[in-house]
Amino acid sequence: MILTVYHKTSYDFASPVGGILQSHRLTPAKCEAQKIIEWQVDVPGAVMGEMFRDGAGDYIQTVSLRMPVTSIEVTVRGIVETTDTSGILRGHRERVPPRAYMRDTLRTEPNRAIRDLVDETLHGKQDAPELERAHLLAAAVAEALPYRPGATHAHTTAAEAMSEGAGVCQDHAQVLIACAHLADMPARYVSGYLNATEDGTPHEASHAWAEIYVAGLGWIGFDASNKCCPNEHYIRLGSGLDAEDAAPIRGLVLGGAAETLDVTVVIEAQQQ
Amino acid sequence: MTDPFFNEMYDQNGLRVPYRMLEGWYQNMPAEFRAVKQAEAEGLFRRYGITFAVYGEGGDPDRLIPFDMFPRVFAANEWRRLERGIKQRARALNAFLSDVYDRGEIIRAGRIPADLVYRNDAYEIAVAGFRPPLGVFSHIVGIDLVRTGADQFYVLEDNCRTPSGVSYMLENREVMMRMFPHLFQENRVAPVDGYARLLKRTLASVAPAKCDRDPCVVLLTPGHFNSAYYEHSFLADLMGIELVEGQDLFVDGDFCWMRTTEGPKKVDVIYRRIDDAYLDPLCFRPDSTLGVPGLMNVYRSGGVTICSAPGAGVADDKAIYTYVPEMIRFYLGEAPILENVPTWQCAKPDDLKYVQENIADLVVKEVHGSGGYGMLVGPKADKATIETFAAKLAANPSNYIAQPTLALSTCPTFVEEGIAPRHVDLRPYCLVGRDVELVPGGLTRVALTEGSLVVNSSQGGGVKDTWVIAEE
Amino acid sequence: MLSRTAANLFWMARYLERSETTARLLDLGFRNALLPNAGGGFRNEWSAILQSKGTLQQFTDKYGDLVQRNAESFLFFDLENPSSVASCITAARENARIVRTALTSQVWDAINVSYQELKALTRRERSSLEVPELTDWTLRTAALIRGAIETTQLRNDGYRFMNLGYAVERADNTARLLDVKYYVLLPSVAYVGSGLDNYQWTTLLRALSAHRAYNWAYGGELSAAQIAHFLILNPKFPRSLLSCSIEANEHLDHLGRIYGRSSPAQEAARKLLGELAEARIEDVFDEGLHEFLTRMISENAGLGQCISDQYLTGEAR
Repeated sequence: MILTVYHKTSYDFASPVGGILQSHRLTPAKCEAQKIIEWQVDVPGAVMGEMFRDGAGDYIQTVSLRMPVTSIEVTVRGIVETTDTSGILRGHRERVPPRAYMRDTLRTEPNRAIRDLVDETLHGKQDAPELERAHLLAAAVAEALPYRPGATHAHTTAAEAMSEGAGVCQDHAQVLIACAHLADMPARYVSGYLNATEDGTPHEASHAWAEIYVAGLGWIGFDASNKCCPNEHYIRLGSGLDAEDAAPIRGLVLGGAAETLDVTVVIEAQQQ
Repeated sequence: MTDPFFNEMYDQNGLRVPYRMLEGWYQNMPAEFRAVKQAEAEGLFRRYGITFAVYGEGGDPDRLIPFDMFPRVFAANEWRRLERGIKQRARALNAFLSDVYDRGEIIRAGRIPADLVYRNDAYEIAVAGFRPPLGVFSHIVGIDLVRTGADQFYVLEDNCRTPSGVSYMLENREVMMRMFPHLFQENRVAPVDGYARLLKRTLASVAPAKCDRDPCVVLLTPGHFNSAYYEHSFLADLMGIELVEGQDLFVDGDFCWMRTTEGPKKVDVIYRRIDDAYLDPLCFRPDSTLGVPGLMNVYRSGGVTICSAPGAGVADDKAIYTYVPEMIRFYLGEAPILENVPTWQCAKPDDLKYVQENIADLVVKEVHGSGGYGMLVGPKADKATIETFAAKLAANPSNYIAQPTLALSTCPTFVEEGIAPRHVDLRPYCLVGRDVELVPGGLTRVALTEGSLVVNSSQGGGVKDTWVIAEE
Repeated sequence: MLSRTAANLFWMARYLERSETTARLLDLGFRNALLPNAGGGFRNEWSAILQSKGTLQQFTDKYGDLVQRNAESFLFFDLENPSSVASCITAARENARIVRTALTSQVWDAINVSYQELKALTRRERSSLEVPELTDWTLRTAALIRGAIETTQLRNDGYRFMNLGYAVERADNTARLLDVKYYVLLPSVAYVGSGLDNYQWTTLLRALSAHRAYNWAYGGELSAAQIAHFLILNPKFPRSLLSCSIEANEHLDHLGRIYGRSSPAQEAARKLLGELAEARIEDVFDEGLHEFLTRMISENAGLGQCISDQYLTGEAR
């Protein structure tokens, strides 16, 4: 499937700020599930650093704008050819050993409720294959946290989302990571894009899911929000330990001021 | 009476060779002259501003580390062996770091458990796959050694991040030379004052490939509230490089720049004295204000070199320590010259059992602890202390390792009543860049309390000048 | 040189100069208060002095009534008042401590000792301290430090930044002091030329350690125009705006030579000097002394900003 992406993030500041500095993880890397046909990231007026690939195989770019500004616009345009690989990440060049993804962060630290969820879900399944256990956990997370926009916010941790009993894709991914770790499976957070599905349910086009490492198969994506594994409707941007670590844009404002953020993402499937 | 501790000055045959040259000096020193000299030394340290702050103790923030005038002496042949052993270890530790951030051959070969390395907090995912210039991760390796016999040295721990204390090595010598010049005229003590030049050369040798001129090297300090600030400013001054704080640097495009009165100046090598977590809020702790936003991106795209490399700490973890002899064999194909102290990993059930049964005879340490805090010296502790500690150990065994109580050697030390043996250790500083270098000497720490085995300055330890007799 | 180092040297000098000015203001208030009650009495004069520092509101919030003892405490000891002598010396010492390696041991000693003495003063029984002792101590301390700088510091860029700090701060302070007297202090226009008026002028000159110099230069007669000329346009008086401007230019020119390029700060300083060198006192009064001084304060602050943008942020390419 050919997907086109248009992703614009505008930051507007109440009064001029001294500039911005951002680290972008906004360019997808090639793998079996996705082939990049065209990709372009623009930040008018900014100095774009040389793009490099980190150990996780993600493209990273430094963007700096060292002059007073009142607004900044990051625009991503691209065309990607996708293939359904049943969520399996193949042909992705990376160097980070899977066991490094066993560590928890403040955002994925499990609480009692998460431990209980794992215990209940895997009860009697200790000897089941890892793949099966991963699927069970993803399904359990989807059930424990009904999709409810607004129930959580950008900084909600996995434990907090569990207490809330609802969440969005970010919460699903972080809770699933915590669960996988408890089951001794490496897991990480993936950010990317999702082409709105045709069943009519609304979805965020900027999307996130979890990847769980299954011995013998490698990294496999699990989208608990949509109760599926990523398919040809997904574009994978990059990964990290949690939502913050894997954020497509990490940045800071030099000489801060109140900002309003406006994001537009449009993903469309092209007619072939 | 047989002393269970090796006395570095006297053995069963009497005065040992390296100390012969000091015989006339201390024996003929009248008590009042000694007092005058001791006061003079203190005055010099105060004037140089060499003070030391102890964390969480309050009291005088400008405290001096006690300086003992009696030097500790190594013969040339003793040092030769130490030097080879230290360099060997520094090379192996760097080879290990290069490997675990690349293919991890030592783990694939089953010589070291994967989780010990990859689940270690000090393992930085952000630098996996990145090869720093010349493949060097730890540019200054501080190796803590103790001696238990004429030829018996043990490595207590390795310090691969930013070992401190080298300023004392340099100042101790400076003060001794000012106070007792004739000792140096009459004896061939190998000089240590080349350290700063070597350090600068080492740092310059790892400038990034993108640097096409004389590299600009800076020392990054957390600021003047840090307890080691004096050392930072001292080293920067000796090397003739700028002492910068995070706010003095900024990232623009692919490079890191220093704010100067002549405008931004490109920085090529950063000798940092701040921890990984604080280096870059865009990569690590987002609340850090000590670091430089965007620095890790510049580093990973080859715009600047950070010394020591982020992630180097995984090599000096106390749990990894056990495997250093294995690293030497694996990477260098050599037999380790310096021995490790036998260590029990409390994470292993068998080891834990042994430690719990023999806790009164062992030294038990936290895996990530430092500065002599959070440790139990079994033979020196009372019953209640041991019980409290045993409970902590049982609650979280993997947080602890244990070692036998070592019979640390003693060196004569000036005390109230005259001269008496006190326990010492040694920290030499090995420099790794294009070459592997070691100045002849190091920091000798001495436990000033009679019988004490704890030499940490935060626990009442002092320092001594360390002499290596120059080769013929 | 690191911009942060330059900034610390620049601000160290500004704080030192500011401590001196606050002491001089304190002296001015003290002397005025010795005068028999006129036009609201000393309360009014203290309020004028606090106004000149922009700190009247803060004072009233904290102390309420304008009692002389309180005004003295506020101006000398109060660490919550950022321009008190104690605040300024503490800040200057902190700046100096950060850049200690850029200072000679004599300069560091002078600053550090003054800080220790200040702490000793703070510990003394307040009633045993009279204003003249406090102001004398401050002026002596300031002179000692400045002397150490002049006689021991290398004539490098650091020295220039210290002196720029002094020049910029001093111009600001002279303009403010003159403005206080002229615009704020006199109860009403009816008092112009009165005994009170003359007394205040003399006091101002004394506070600036300038009354004898003024008498020599202008033959002893007090007139607003002559005093204004003295404090603004006389190049012989080291605190006149013209003198400060000449100094600022000199040091900026040195920096230009050291760094091998001229800067916008140099241009701004030259423009200011151009005006002051050409000006006649009649022009000043035509514009209105208060208006002129307000404009000078603003242009001087602009120069300070230019220096900061060019040298102290490290971003000017």
